[in-house]
Parts: sequence; C-alpha cells; structure tokens
Amino acid sequence: MTTWHVILIASAATLALKVGGYLVPAGLLERERPARIADLLTVALLAALIAVQTLGAGQAIVFDARVPALVVAAALYALRVPFLVVVIVAALVAAGIRAFT
Amino acid sequence: MEERETAVRRSGVLRDSVGVGLATAAYGISFGALAVAAGLDVWQTCFLSLVMFTGGSQFALVGVLATGGVAAGGSAIATAALLGIRNVVYGMRMKPIVDRGGVARRVAAAWITIDESTAVALAQTEDRAARTGFWVTGAVIFVGWNLTTLAGALIGDALGDTRAWGLDAAAAAAFLGLLWPRLKRFQAGAVAVAAALVATLTTPVLMPGLPVLVAALVAVGVGWFDLFSRRSAA
Repeated sequence: MTTWHVILIASAATLALKVGGYLVPAGLLERERPARIADLLTVALLAALIAVQTLGAGQAIVFDARVPALVVAAALYALRVPFLVVVIVAALVAAGIRAFT
Repeated sequence: MEERETAVRRSGVLRDSVGVGLATAAYGISFGALAVAAGLDVWQTCFLSLVMFTGGSQFALVGVLATGGVAAGGSAIATAALLGIRNVVYGMRMKPIVDRGGVARRVAAAWITIDESTAVALAQTEDRAARTGFWVTGAVIFVGWNLTTLAGALIGDALGDTRAWGLDAAAAAAFLGLLWPRLKRFQAGAVAVAAALVATLTTPVLMPGLPVLVAALVAVGVGWFDLFSRRSAA
C-alpha cells in the first residue's frame, strides 16, 4: 500500500458515508442508540488521538515538551481563545522548551 | 413588517454563515502544515481537502500516518472512516431541508455536509434560513479550507524540521480543539478520559494506529448501554 492508496481509499470511504446519509431511510435516526454511539465515537477517537499524539513516540510512551504544550492549549480553549491561535501557541511552547533544554 | 423581519433574519444567517465559514477555513493552515509534516506531499494534502473535506477525518488520517507511516495505512483509513460516521447522521438531518432537486445537487449537498454547515443550518428557526445557512457556510468553508490547506502545505514544506517547530504538539492541540465543544455532557467527558487511557495503555503493546481503534470500543460500550448518562457536567 502506498500513501496514495491510503488517501484514495479513505477519501472514497468518507465521501460514501456523507452521501449515505442522504440515502438511508430517515427512521434510523429516530433510534436513540445508533445516534448516541455515533456521537460518542467521535469523542473517543479524538481523545485517543490526543493521547497518542501527546505521549506516543513509536510504541513508547514519553513525557516531553508536548505535555506542557497541551496543558497550555487546554487552558486557552477554556478561556475561549480561537482555534488557530491556540494551535500556534501550543507549537511555540513545545518549540521554545526544545530550544532551551 | 413581516418582510422586514425576514430580511433581518436573512442578513443574520448570512453573517453567521460567513463568520463561522471564515473562522473554520483558517484551520486549513494547520491541516496543510501537519499533513506535510506527516510525510504527505502538497498534492496529496490538497487532494484530501478537496475530496475528503471533513476536518476530523483529515487530521486523524495524517495523525496516524505520522506515528505509524504507510504500515499503519489500514488503521489510518479505519480511523478516518469511523470519524466520518457522524456525517451520516448530519446527512440524515439535513436531507429534508436541503435535498431538493437532482442528483448533482444531492451530491453537492453531501459533499459539504460537515460539522459547521450542519450546525449553522440547525441553529435556524425556519427552513429557508436553514437552507441558506447550510449552503453559504459549506461553500465559504470549501473555498477557504482548500486555499488555506495549500498555503499551510507550502509553509510546512518550507519549515523543514517540523519537530523543532513544535508541529507535533500543534497536532495534539488541534485534536483538542475539535474535541473541546463536544465535552459539554458528563457522558462525553467520561468517554474521552477512558478512551485516552485505553489508547495510552495499549500503545506499547499494539501496532501504531491500532490503539486509537481499540479506544473507539469505549464509545460503543458506553453508547450501547447508555452508561454515565444521568449526571451532567454542569
């Protein structure tokens, strides 16, 4: 599998899901359980991605400059600072710590 | 009088749509830079924004590829697809409001069915405003997101050593930004904490990419039995 294969298959899958929403019978949405699982799935995947992105280094778990950067990001989101500003500040915190240690 | 009210509401929905659209489109910069940092070229990065066009899945795909490379391709595809499932729900909600006309129009509507276009549309009290909100928000984000993706990819290309610039931390912060507005209920918070724990604990023993998928099972379990649903996070 090449990077292009990954990109093409994943793009086809996500686009098919979008179109699928317009094709399935509306009654399915009335059912509480599928809607709730779809909702929580997004939360679980994003939280897991945060953990891996912050602590993972291949298959090792490490605490480095990314951890304080994420803590700063959380504080800024709590203060309702816009997304793009938070992402840039997080990068600067990590870059700053790495530059001075 | 009624006409004036409609006009006021109309300018309100346009303002909301353009505001949300421009703010969201700006994230494209970070996506472009992170995708290039993960090893994608500029073309591949722009292709994702044009065709996949759903931020969460795009960030997830390049995030998994950044940790596991092409060997984690299967996990990357699965993670992106699972994150795209919510768009099915959005499509089902938007269909009665925006699906009027032929196949081309339906595909166009599906293409721009994302968090923001759906949210702006559902925030309106009448169907006409909802339709305007959906199409304008979706169109502004589509154009903006693709332009900023290209800009971000070119910036990322020029940066070189992305770790020194803290782009790995920026990726984590970007995921947190996507997660943050979803944490209003206690149940969602509990799932987030448990999923993060599962992903961390399984990282040393599973192939890169798989910990995220295993963590998704937390959502299936909690969602199926509706655990932690009574209390609210205030």
